[in-house]
Order: sequence, then C-alpha cells, then structure tokens
Amino acid sequence: MTEDEKFRQRRLFLKAALSAVPLGALFAAGLTASAESPAPEYSPTYFTSPEWMFINAAVDRLIPSNEDGPGALDLHVPEFIDRQMETDYGHGGRWYLQGPFHPEADATLGYQLKYSPRDLYRAAIADVNAWCQRAHGKEFADLQPQMRDDVLVQLEKGEIDLPNVKASEFFNQLLANTMEGYFADPMYGGNRQMGSWKMIGFPGARADFKDWVTQPGKPYPLGPVSIRGEKG
Amino acid sequence: MRTMKPVDVVVIGLGWTGSVLSMELAKEGLQVLALERGHNRDTSPDFDYPKGIDELKYAVRGELFRKLSLDTVTIRHKLGDTAVPYRQYGAFLLPDNVGGAGVHWNGQLYRASPEDLKIRSHIIQRYGARFIPDGMTIQDYDVTFDELEPYFDKFEYLNGTSGQAGNLKGKLIPGGNPFEGARSRPYPTPPVANTYPSQLFALAAKEIGYHPFPQPSANSSQPYTNDYGVRLGPCNLCGFCERFGCFLYSKGSPQTTVLPALFRLPNFELRTQSHVVKINVDSTGKRATGVTYIDALGAEIFQPADLVILSSFQTNNVRMMLLSGIGETYEPRTGKGVIGKNFAYQMMSATTVFFDKNVNTNPFIAAGAGGSQLIDEFNSDHFDHGTYGFIGGGYILGGQTGGRPIQQLAVPPGTPSWGAAWKRAAKENYLHSTGVVTHGSVMSYRDACLDLDPTYRDSIGLPLMRMTFDWHDNEYKMTRYLTDRALEIVSKMNPKAHSTLIRQPGDHFNVRQYQTTHTTGGVITGANPKTSALNRYLQSWDVPNLFVTGASAFPQNIGYNPTGLIGALTYYAAHAIRTQYLKHPGPLVHS
Repeated sequence: MTEDEKFRQRRLFLKAALSAVPLGALFAAGLTASAESPAPEYSPTYFTSPEWMFINAAVDRLIPSNEDGPGALDLHVPEFIDRQMETDYGHGGRWYLQGPFHPEADATLGYQLKYSPRDLYRAAIADVNAWCQRAHGKEFADLQPQMRDDVLVQLEKGEIDLPNVKASEFFNQLLANTMEGYFADPMYGGNRQMGSWKMIGFPGARADFKDWVTQPGKPYPLGPVSIRGEKG
Repeated sequence: MRTMKPVDVVVIGLGWTGSVLSMELAKEGLQVLALERGHNRDTSPDFDYPKGIDELKYAVRGELFRKLSLDTVTIRHKLGDTAVPYRQYGAFLLPDNVGGAGVHWNGQLYRASPEDLKIRSHIIQRYGARFIPDGMTIQDYDVTFDELEPYFDKFEYLNGTSGQAGNLKGKLIPGGNPFEGARSRPYPTPPVANTYPSQLFALAAKEIGYHPFPQPSANSSQPYTNDYGVRLGPCNLCGFCERFGCFLYSKGSPQTTVLPALFRLPNFELRTQSHVVKINVDSTGKRATGVTYIDALGAEIFQPADLVILSSFQTNNVRMMLLSGIGETYEPRTGKGVIGKNFAYQMMSATTVFFDKNVNTNPFIAAGAGGSQLIDEFNSDHFDHGTYGFIGGGYILGGQTGGRPIQQLAVPPGTPSWGAAWKRAAKENYLHSTGVVTHGSVMSYRDACLDLDPTYRDSIGLPLMRMTFDWHDNEYKMTRYLTDRALEIVSKMNPKAHSTLIRQPGDHFNVRQYQTTHTTGGVITGANPKTSALNRYLQSWDVPNLFVTGASAFPQNIGYNPTGLIGALTYYAAHAIRTQYLKHPGPLVHS
C-alpha cells in the first residue's frame, strides 16, 4: 500500500467512526444542528498527516462518542489541539525550558523534559507509532479501538519505554489538552456548540448568580452562553 | 549607567503591600516612586466581562501569572540534592504586573489567632519545650495580636470585607467564629449569601457540636466606599475568582481599593517595565542608597532614594535580599544567618463530596471566599494538642469556589480518568458534587530554606532562587487529624460517595498538585537580629532605611490564608514609618 492509500484508508476509518455515533445521542446532547450542517473540514496547520491521524484516533478513545453525549471528535478537539500548537503556549513560551535537564528527577518535582508542547507531540507521536509498528505491526491510528485503549493505558502507566520521551509525561499532555479542547470556550475551536457544557449542565459565561444563590438546591434553569454570545 | 533624580521613597513592586505603603507614605507628602517590572492594568479593560472569565486563558494557561520562561524557582526535597526548575505551574502561582497576586487571589481574608504570633512561647508554656520536635525552628513575632488589631481592622475596612464577627471586644457573638481574637468593630459588610452546599456543611458541623461561620471574604457583599474614597460593588457569585481578575469591582485588590486614589496623588509616580535587580548600599553596608533597575529598553538605571520598600512577592523578596547581599545568608548546617531561613508553606487536604441526583449543588454558583462556611475548632491552638503530638492546625471549610469544568470537575473514586466511564461519571456528577477542604499550617524547620541556585538563571541572567522543602512528620499528623474531623462532617452530609486527596507519611512535596500560593518566610521578622532579618516593624536590622513587606516576614506559616496578616503587618509598618521613622530616620528597635 502506498502512503497515500494508507492515509485514505485511515481517513475512511475515522469518518466511519464519526458516522457511527447514534443519531439519538446527538439529539440527546442537543447537537442536532451539527448533524444537519457539518462544519467545514479542518486542515491542520501544525500536525503532519500521520500526526493528525494519531491525534484523531487517540482523542476518540479518551472521550468517545456515545449515548451519554458528544465525544472529542464531535466537539472538534483535534482542531483545538492543532490551534493551540500555534500559540505562545504551544511554542513553550510559558514554560521554563532552559537546561540542564534532569528527566530522571522524581516525578513529584514536575515536568523535566526539554520539549515545548508542540515538540513533545512531534517526538512522542513518532515514538509511539514506531512502538505500535513493532508491537502490533500497525501504526496507532490503524489499531482497533480496544487495542488503542490498551496502548493508551500503557502510556498512562509509563509501561512503554519510548526512546525520546517519557510515555506518562506525553500521556499527561495529551489528556490535558483533550480535556481543555472538550471543555474550553468554543472560540478556541473545540467544544463545538458548547456540547460538553450542555452535557454536564455548566452555564458557561453566564457568571451572574446573585438571584439563584438564594434558591438553594433548585436546578439552574438556563442553558450555556459562550464568551462570544452563542446560546445553547 | 544612567542615574535618575532622587526620590524620598522607592517601592519595589506595586502589589498589595507596595500599593498600601505607597498610599500611606504619599499621603505624608513624600515623593514616592513605584518600580514595577510588569505592566499596569485595571478592572476595565483588562478584566472586562465576558472575555475576563475565560477558563482556558486565565485559569489553565495562567494569563495573570508570571511566565515561568522569564523566571521561576528551582526545587529540591532535601539539602544535598540537585534542585530542578519549576518548569510548569502546579503547586503555587507566581504573580506579575501591577496588583500582583492581589488580583488573582480568592479574597479569603483572615486574621491570625493571638497564639499564632507567639507560637514558640505559647507552645512551651502550655506543653513544655520538649513538645517542639528537633529541627523545628518556630519563632515568636515581636508583636502581639492586640498591638496588630487596629491594623487587621484597617485592612478589613480597606477591602469592604464581608463576614460575621465572633468576638466583639470580648463578647462572643453567635454565628461568628468563637475562637477569633477580640475585634474592635464588626466586619464592614455582612456575609455574602451561603451557597447550598455550604449550608449542608454547616448543618452537619452543627450536628456534631461545632460552630460553623461564614468565611471572611474580601468579596464585598454590598456597595462599599473605603477610607481612600474607592468604591467596591457587590459580589454576584460568578464563579470566576481565583486565577481571574474581578470584572465586578467586588474582590478586594489594589485596583479596587487603593490605586484609583493613589494614581491621583501628584507626588506618586508609577514606572512600569522597570525590573529592579539590586538594592544598592553605601560603603558601610548599613545604608541603602537606592536601587538598580533594568528599563523597558534593557538599559541599567540607578534610582537614588532615601527609603527603600521591598514589596515584591515572597520568593522575589528573598531573592532580592540575596542578590543585594543584605543580611547574613542562612546556612542550614549551622543554623546561622537569616536570609533564606524558615521557608514554609501550607498543607491542604481536599475531599470531593458526591450527592445523589436530588441534591443540586450548582457548583458554578460560587465566589472565591464568600458563600462558604467553615469551622475553626482545629486551627492554631484552639484545642488541646497534648495527646496528638503535633503543633499547628487549620480550618475545615465546606463550599465551592467555582464549577469551571477543565479544572474543577471531579468524578467519584474508582472512576477512570478518561474513556466512556469517565464521561458518564462527569455527566452524572457535575451538578451534584461539592468540596470540603482542610487548610493547614506548616511549621518552619532547619532544613526548609531558600538560597540562590548554583546552576539555573532567569531571562536576564540572574540566578534563580532555590527552594529546599519537603513535608515533616508534624504536618502529616496535623493533616491526618484535621482530615479525619472533616470526614466526620462529610459523613453527616449524607453523600453517596467521597474522594479525598491527603498527603500521607512518605509522600514528597509534589509540585504538580496545586495547594496554595501561600509560600512564606526567608526574610523573617522577630525580636533578635541573630535570628531574624527584620524587626517588628519589618525594618531591616542591617539596613534601617529598608523595609521588607509581605509573607516573606512570617517566621512560620499559619493555618489561615496569609493576606489578612500581610495587610495588618503592612499597616503596622506604615504607621511606624509615618509616626516614628520619618521624624528620626534610623533603627526603630535597638537590638
């Protein structure tokens, strides 16, 4: 199979994964609009094609789509992560990244790798894909969902030795950015149509509860608003 | 190097204490210059609604904090280890820009307990000298609660603090804190309305026989105008307090209480992007001649001044003293020296309480301080420690500071941190959970200290400060005892589940877990220049025309949030400078 054919196959697989969401789940989560008018497809700015396939395949397992509500792919979490890579944060502008580096330091002393977020993704995804090739004969995105879950668990627990990064540190980064993209204000590209806020009951940027604090225990009646004024 | 026109007073850092001292000294007619390494900022436009309540930008990415790429600290658990940099935010947050941490705090505004200020002599008197374990280096303040009371009061009235008095001139008032020291006046505004979960906590605590009361809060409950003529507005429990600026002018901060009046005084000047790197002293080493700073263009500038106020954040105060070579550097092996001595912190435990679906906690209805209830039975020396074998304590609080989903959503114990099971738990529990925390003291120890790192440097080439710190047995015992009491209250709240994060013996200080930004010590106040860097008025023993304000002055940490004590010490120092020092510049206490 050529690289192009491989890529096409993975895309088909991911699209299949997306369309496998039961329509009822979308209705339940108040996402009918997205089913009717899909957003234009996003092309990543930072991530390469194999990286983009990895991100999509990973976040789909971290927050899967099901009858409880939207998953990370429904809410465009990969787009969020890609856009973050282009920010000051993605470039490491907020972290102290001067050496010398002591990756062997006790984990309680915090992050001790030399990588900015974007460099961490670049190094780690290549390492994880190479590991998956060796262990399972396929890259991560081509693995069955259960197998991808197994790999993610091994990364989380630091059970995989990667040549260039600490597996658990990369997992922390990936999970943190996934949760951010799922729950942050939609203006950053994720949490499309405030899908996660509607699912849990967070009213977003309403930020005015003087009238409701005096009604203890009563469910809050209003849906979310976003910083740009979209209403859910 | 360019030399600027001399001023009467130069203030290093325009945060909480720098703002108060600038105001108090400018009111005396002195020419006051504040040098701030960051930028100026104000409620509008910098914290405007709705762009100011962006969880990702402010709480997660830390827009209001110092970028660690510019400067940070290094941390090691014990002497002899190699310290490594604090590369990402976790345990504590370092401030930046005008207003400092006074912009992004929660507004939890407490007084110290009377015995907190005389802890060493109090413990020895009640339990005997052997009750203090080897290596614990706690010291008394050289000031009493009664001497500080007018200044606690002043800082509370500056902020329009909301709360319920518990001890008014010795008379106990129901509904307040019966353990507090006697206060001369009630709080300036009544408590913010209690959230539902805090009511559930208070009912459970009462059932056991405790005395719950509303958390004293610099989240004003009413429109309020302070003595400087600056107005605050009422808190609406928006749920975006700590890590954010307040868009409602409700949370006390330099911007909402001092700066609008200060900026109108013609004899006050603020110079931003002016990064002080050194306090200059004359050839005797006993007199500060001014400060050296780097301006926005990168030029090094000398600013002469008669009086120097070092009022940056705790860690930066210690570093400035070390970089300037003022005072003897602390040497942990001998216990000699004072600068960098008695670094302390706080130890928290956090319990998330999960209710059935018929209990709506509405976690997003919250303020940083107002609306919560707490008990003070187990703080300070409010109970007999004799059989427990530890010193210190903390308060136990029930309530919530926000329901921000990236950082504040919790799932019941046993739930995986991702996947379908996590998502279902998030959906089912978000609206039905709340928090109970214990907020505990940390004593000072011979091996918990600060110095300059030998390896790592900041963005302008100066050494980073090195923190040597880990937990001690006393604090593990303290947090276990407090957490057990908290869990007894939790069980009376009838939750369906709870999860508790507690530091247990063997756990190292973990810089990845946020606890508090209440780092203390390193330039401590006391009665004796051999064992402290500052006298009771926060005046340097070595350089009498230098005063060093803030939590760096604490000889050990208290179980309360520190800002009330910081504010009181600052007003106490301001009063001494105004009424004594300006008449007779020189040492205010003779050693």
